[in-house]
Amino acid sequence: MSIVEFKNVTKRFGDNVVLDGIDLAIEPGEVVVVVGPSGSGKSTFLRCINVLETIQGGDIVVNGQSVRGTPAQVRELRREAGMVFQQFNLFPQLTALENVMFGPVHARGMPRARADELARSLLSKVGLAERAGHYPGQLSGGQQQRVAIARALAIKPLLMLFDEPTSALDPELRHEVLRVMQDVAEEGMTMIVVTHEMEFARKVGSRLIFMDQGKIAEDGEPQALLSNPPTQRLKDFLQHVA
Amino acid sequence: MTFEWSAIWAAMPDLLDGTLMTIQITLLGLIGGTVIGALSGVVTTYVRVPVTWRSAILSVIGVVVIYWILQLAFWLGDGILGGVPDWAWWIMRLAILALLVWRFHAWIPLALSFVAQVYVLVIRGTPIVVQVMFIYFALPLIVGLRIDGFSAAVFTLMINSGAYIAEIVRGGLQSVPKGLHEAGQAMGLPFHKILLHIIGPVALRRMIPTMGNQCIISLKDSSLFIVIGVAELTRQGQEIIAGNFRAVEIWGAVAVIYLILTGFIALVLKFIEHRTRIV
Repeated sequence: MSIVEFKNVTKRFGDNVVLDGIDLAIEPGEVVVVVGPSGSGKSTFLRCINVLETIQGGDIVVNGQSVRGTPAQVRELRREAGMVFQQFNLFPQLTALENVMFGPVHARGMPRARADELARSLLSKVGLAERAGHYPGQLSGGQQQRVAIARALAIKPLLMLFDEPTSALDPELRHEVLRVMQDVAEEGMTMIVVTHEMEFARKVGSRLIFMDQGKIAEDGEPQALLSNPPTQRLKDFLQHVA
Repeated sequence: MTFEWSAIWAAMPDLLDGTLMTIQITLLGLIGGTVIGALSGVVTTYVRVPVTWRSAILSVIGVVVIYWILQLAFWLGDGILGGVPDWAWWIMRLAILALLVWRFHAWIPLALSFVAQVYVLVIRGTPIVVQVMFIYFALPLIVGLRIDGFSAAVFTLMINSGAYIAEIVRGGLQSVPKGLHEAGQAMGLPFHKILLHIIGPVALRRMIPTMGNQCIISLKDSSLFIVIGVAELTRQGQEIIAGNFRAVEIWGAVAVIYLILTGFIALVLKFIEHRTRIV
């Protein structure tokens, strides 16, 4: 069974059609890298999966649960789709450890002692065990994003959504975040990653989706698409990013 | 003129009584105002209802209709079945009200938001002296409910500070980056948990300076309750002067007491702000 299924999905902001009849199925274990020019709808595509945006037409089914369900069903769906944001969005009043504990405690009802244990193991997994007591404001961008990845993993999701996770980072901080993402992928996590990091797509991605004007223009093997772009549009795009 | 310290010492017991009364009024008023303000602020932030002539007229009609439905039920019942006890009528009215609430529950947040906005508009748009006079002198004539000066003062300060605090709360909530809300949503948290555990704590820290402002303003505003004769600090000062004519000493002492009280508030807030600063 597909873990995410798009069925003729349409999303509009007013008169502006952002997603135009998207059909897509993502299987468990896939690492899907979504690329495309700005305004192509790739962030919206991602945000529709965990209902941060509502769709106007069609349906998206995540792990058997429609995004058009009741509020309680939508919350259940969101718990299976961990999200990492471009701007990290860590809770500034909580330490790194408390940020990671937050989801297990408040969304999963885990006892604090167990959540503490889980959070510490996740922080050491992203290489930040010694930063547990630091507040987000005391961490670098790369460190903040790694905490954010740990925070998303802490709710034990079935899939992870990354919305341009390295776009707000200095080039020298990007590799530490990409490294952690690669670790997560290698553990078999289903991932959907909106990014401009072609190197990541090539190395870690199992599938590449090129979006253009609200449609899926290309969908295939990353190596093949990147080294031998079948269309002029993709060729042009890749030249601009590289 | 000579400055008579003895006049201040002699007046001290009365001034302290007034100070105590001022503190009581301010404290109770601000506690109530914070509750009212927090509720209004939250509802106006998250339920957007533009206050227009159309919505204003519709809501007035709604209230009148509900009132007449309740009255009609009473008259009909009274005509057919005489001599039914009062409590039975109240149960029936409550039942009708509950039925209306159940039928139109989707509209309740909108109605609350509308009421909160009108409340802020009216209270912020009228002077506090007029408000307390209205509550103390006019309300008894309208609803036949006579309240003492102290209660009128506390109540006025509650609804007055509540209107300003509602806007402070709204500003605080709106200043929290949208991304934090989304991070909470993405974890599958319901709205009340997002508000309580994520947005609330961040907004609260940002509201501290303006809340401090409001506490000081409300404390000083309590001096205006002199107009209804409540024995708060300013009123006490005025009465003492009426007896001994030592305006310089007494008004000086009153001013210093206010300064001490407001200085104390400022100090406490500085302390809280320091303790909760996000590094």
